[in-house]
Amino acid sequence: MSKQITIPFGPQHPVLPEPLHLDLVLEDEKVVDVIPTIGYVHRGLEKLVEKREYTEYVFIAERICGICSFIHSQAYVQGIEQIMGLEIPERAQYLRTIWSEYSRLHSHLLWLGCFADSMGFESVFMNSWRLREHILNDLEATTGGRVIQGVCKVAGVRRDITPEKLDEMVKGLRGIEHELQDLTNVFLHDSSIQHRLKGIGVLKKEDAYQLGAVGPTARGSGVAIDIRETGYAAFGKINFRPVVEHDGDCYARCAIRAKEMFTSIDIIEQCAKKIPDGPVDMKVTGAPDGEYFSRAEQPRGEVIHYIKGNGKKNLLRHRVRTPTFTNIPPLITLLKGCDLADVPVIVLTIDPCIGCAER
Amino acid sequence: MTFFQMTKTVLKSLFTRPATLMYPAKPANITPITRGHVSINPEGCITCRSCQRKCPTQAICVEVKEKTWEIDNMRCVVCSVCVDVCPTKCLTMETQYRKVLTARGAKDKFPVAGPKKRDPVAAPAADAAKPAKE
Repeated sequence: MSKQITIPFGPQHPVLPEPLHLDLVLEDEKVVDVIPTIGYVHRGLEKLVEKREYTEYVFIAERICGICSFIHSQAYVQGIEQIMGLEIPERAQYLRTIWSEYSRLHSHLLWLGCFADSMGFESVFMNSWRLREHILNDLEATTGGRVIQGVCKVAGVRRDITPEKLDEMVKGLRGIEHELQDLTNVFLHDSSIQHRLKGIGVLKKEDAYQLGAVGPTARGSGVAIDIRETGYAAFGKINFRPVVEHDGDCYARCAIRAKEMFTSIDIIEQCAKKIPDGPVDMKVTGAPDGEYFSRAEQPRGEVIHYIKGNGKKNLLRHRVRTPTFTNIPPLITLLKGCDLADVPVIVLTIDPCIGCAER
Repeated sequence: MTFFQMTKTVLKSLFTRPATLMYPAKPANITPITRGHVSINPEGCITCRSCQRKCPTQAICVEVKEKTWEIDNMRCVVCSVCVDVCPTKCLTMETQYRKVLTARGAKDKFPVAGPKKRDPVAAPAADAAKPAKE
């Protein structure tokens, strides 16, 4: 048996946008064990819920993550609305669906760019971020913010989209669709990328299920879980099918994200067709008294917001289980047995968002 | 086939402008509803402190006695809640992003008009009521 050595990976590493520390135990070039450490960017946002009113806390819930920010605020207000028994206007539900799909698009484009960069494919990185700019411009024109939208509020949304703007948005998305197609063709059919991804970091279906993988990590291994199918917001009235791949390797997880972008465009188009007229918010009185587990599908997987109130303006408890946090145990299984040179690529395929994971 | 594809891409890239903006030199792409920074019209402020109470980051401080309105730009997250709750609409959301700041120079203090004076009729009535209570 050869001698074991330990190599620290992170918290500062060129492929990691955020601080995650992994101790890689190596035998020659093979990884035999991985010890993860998190806790570099903990901000104590969950404790802050006791100091702020439940209506103000939406803005803090949104800042848990800088990429899937809208869906965090959406999951939080859904929980509050369920506790208070509010039936929010249908138009607001559709608008939330549209914005959450937009944030999924921009997150996946960001990830594809970062992923290409981790493989040393910088021109693709530039191209996907150029396309992402189109999505961000639409978000800014409709919400006022590029990354932190700040449009969700308890019992509705703060801004409306005019029908003309909706048409323009759908046309814009259809306009960049062929460019997106070109981009995803590179990821799906380029031989050098396939050589780098196929058969590497294989997560079996049983492992994915038992280790609690969520989102593209689980769907890449053939576990068809997508919380959008539970029909929260307006997803129940939209016709779509989650993308599932069965290989479980890095290529499958990459393909899931590449194909999901087109599903998102479809969902936005259906929403724009079906969106009813009416108000976008309603008056809310009182305070939440009770508890609720609110679930939503983020670009990285399922997020759960647990909310508990006692009828006062400040909530008692707010707990978030973020997708990256649950994807760390599958990541450790993925890394065992791989080559040291493949570690950066495998770590990126779970789309780690450490800001989310630590709150 | 691939060769011509590549030539097309190269030619297109050669003859199109860069996708990026030279930001500080050229203005950023700004929409009418972009949240840039909060500004105040001091004459309209009645020091009701609604903005201070609703601010999620406690960036705003209103001194009723001194009649001042102060914002800590380092704390402000530009969520535009203060603009929504202001009863006199003296707060507005500007579309331009604020300039680069340091923590020391981040606080802006404005002297404001304060609450509107009461009707002269109401004031003596209040004075008259006082001794009666005692």
